[in-house]
Amino acid sequence: MGIFLVLAGIVVLFELVGWSVRGASFLFNAQRLLVMVLQVSIIGLLAIGVTQVILTGGIDLSSGSVVALSAMIAASLAQTASARAVFPSLVDLPAAIPIAAGLATGAAAGLVNGNLVAFTRIPPFIATLGTMVTARGLARYYTRGQPVSMLTESYTRIGEGALPVVIFVAAAVVFHVLLRYTRYGKYTYAIGANAQAARISGIRVDRHLVLVYTVAGLLSGLGGVMTSARAASGQAGMGMTYELDAIAAAVIGGTSLTGGIGRITGTVIGTVILGVMTSGFTFIGFDAYIQDIVKGAVIVLAVVIDRYRHRDAHT
Amino acid sequence: MNYLLEVDRVSKAFPGVLALDAVSMNVRAGSVHALMGENGAGKSTLMKIIAGLYRPDSGQITLRGRAAMIHQELHLMPSMTVAENIWIGREPLTWFGFVDHRALRQRTATLLAGLDIDVDPEERVCDLPIAGRQLIEIARALSYDADVLIMDEPTSALSEPEVAHLFRLVADLKARGKAVIYITHRMAEVFRIADEVTVLRDGKAVGCEAASRLDRDQLITMMVGRELKGLFPKHNTPTDRVSLSVRGLSLDGTFADVSFDVRAGEILGIAGLVGSRRTEVAETLFGLRRATSGEIFVEGRPVEIGSPAAAIELGMAFLTEDRKLTGLLLPLSVQENMEIAVLDGRFVTMGFVNEAPLAATCGEMAGMLRVKTRSLLQPVQTLSGGNQQKVLVGRWLLTSPRILILDEPTRGVDVGAKAEIHRLISNLAAGGAAIVMISSEMPEILGMSDRVMVMREGRVAGFLEGRNADQIAVMKLAANEPRAARSGCWAPGQID
Repeated sequence: MGIFLVLAGIVVLFELVGWSVRGASFLFNAQRLLVMVLQVSIIGLLAIGVTQVILTGGIDLSSGSVVALSAMIAASLAQTASARAVFPSLVDLPAAIPIAAGLATGAAAGLVNGNLVAFTRIPPFIATLGTMVTARGLARYYTRGQPVSMLTESYTRIGEGALPVVIFVAAAVVFHVLLRYTRYGKYTYAIGANAQAARISGIRVDRHLVLVYTVAGLLSGLGGVMTSARAASGQAGMGMTYELDAIAAAVIGGTSLTGGIGRITGTVIGTVILGVMTSGFTFIGFDAYIQDIVKGAVIVLAVVIDRYRHRDAHT
Repeated sequence: MNYLLEVDRVSKAFPGVLALDAVSMNVRAGSVHALMGENGAGKSTLMKIIAGLYRPDSGQITLRGRAAMIHQELHLMPSMTVAENIWIGREPLTWFGFVDHRALRQRTATLLAGLDIDVDPEERVCDLPIAGRQLIEIARALSYDADVLIMDEPTSALSEPEVAHLFRLVADLKARGKAVIYITHRMAEVFRIADEVTVLRDGKAVGCEAASRLDRDQLITMMVGRELKGLFPKHNTPTDRVSLSVRGLSLDGTFADVSFDVRAGEILGIAGLVGSRRTEVAETLFGLRRATSGEIFVEGRPVEIGSPAAAIELGMAFLTEDRKLTGLLLPLSVQENMEIAVLDGRFVTMGFVNEAPLAATCGEMAGMLRVKTRSLLQPVQTLSGGNQQKVLVGRWLLTSPRILILDEPTRGVDVGAKAEIHRLISNLAAGGAAIVMISSEMPEILGMSDRVMVMREGRVAGFLEGRNADQIAVMKLAANEPRAARSGCWAPGQID
């Protein structure tokens, strides 16, 4: 609830400044609203994944790199016949194949994360840090740093127009329902609240952790597919620092890093706040360098306000 | 009168509750003042006001000297040493502002020696058993040289020799003219060490008496405001059918050759001192540890129990000894805490939780257990200790267990809730469940058990039939080591 007010406050602020500086409405512009969400819909997908991981008491630093790796692998299977195709014999394939490959790549990376966390007992921060570096390396090694371009039209179409927004919203709805109304969700919250108690209550904690990290990886893979489709190419530098924006979105949205507390609706609002800030600063003509400075401050401020309101509600 | 502490008509309200209602209480120098009352009676709030953590809404506190508090829950930093924990924030420094480790060690050794606590100052707290940590907590409070010392359930994790040790420390403080405010649920302790008793009920001080002028029944009546008849209701009768059978169960370096049977309808009490490895046996039975040898039979069939999930499938339930650490899902609601072990067949279709029947079932269970909560959606962390324990009992009852392992089922629970939990255990056994009850409270062991198994240092020291069991017989088996039994002092060697 508190975070919704933060969002409303930021929007009103831009609206007021917009009228005084630009003499135009910030909010009442369909084109801008679309772009606002469009530019954060990939980060939103990652944020939905990392929210679930954070709910279990973990963290996923690998999502940005997994975007890059999935984008590379998907793109390499989505090329048209040309002299520079990565797999000259595998060109002009139906879009389903590169999409499936991108998703599978993400899921595989998540599976690795999940197994590292569940069975080696190393902290999730370290496990996913390792995956983050390795996945980025693999993305570069895959084509020796060369971008993958000349993608089929059927593939690039999935990144066009408002489709990324639709996919982001659909994913949000699906995982909101999963977390609220299914055993998957109940177990996720229980493990984050107290893993040992969850285990004693009969939850197979290790197995469930693997599942949650795999789901997060799958969403990163989807992010990679969307990114490469939209850019009509695969590049090893894609998704750089997306993992941090995704974590920021989750945390702004009220997800507690100690686990067991948080909602997908909060994460969606957190994501939108990031989008509104980027659009808003551009709209009122803020210097790009200053944008980041202010953005950082707003992230911290949003969480402080949320904490403060939470404490009020509890005593 | 020479009062070290005067509490004069102190009131404190929280949203929705009047936690303290014009409470007065005077504590003399050189006395032990017991503060009793059910959980939620306002004891903790009063103590927090005295310790300066809360401000009263009205009324006055006059404190001559300093107050220090020993918390019920341990507030130590596990990965730091004993010495670092005691002097945190007050470390002796060298010329350059670095911690003077030699002085730190010296100072700690002196403090511990003065208190007759045999622990190495350099030992890390996480390597100490719970009882040892409790003693360190006490040492830390004493290191402040406070005039009024508040002890909140200090014996809840201690076994008899350590309790005796603590009581000697208390007597010593008393002799030095300090005052001790002693919060406990254990009747016997009050009569053993208290000079005066103040009883709180629903935020009001219902009485203050000299301990010598009270008896147990009067005190209980004051606390609950109603007569408690039959403190240990027992109406179960063991059948001939063996539900759980354990043969030669061993875990290298922890316990060895544990064998026993529990029949349907029977309550088997497991007694022992801290360090007798009773909990470890329970954890092994429930699949949390892997036995190195031995066999387990459930209803006559040999079973492998590799995980708690497997144990639950066999109809077992395990109420653990530490609510916060291994029981509660603290940020979650009462219902989310209750339902977590039954999210299968009955309440889940295709992965989706059938919310309505589940909420109804949890609501019925909460009603049956008389959990005091505004709604099932209330966060479990806002409940009192006794009610939290009832929620956990409810979690396991929902699984309809045939074998229940209860580890300190009434630790830190108030008298009223305790009696209710005891009645419930008895009812479950009467309904045909086999119950294994680990307890460090002698009256509970003696009052509830059909048979008592006594453990000592990871081995079964012997069995006592319920009617032959008395405190002396149990203690003889539990503490066979003459030195420890005689001196009553904490001997680290015998403890995990």
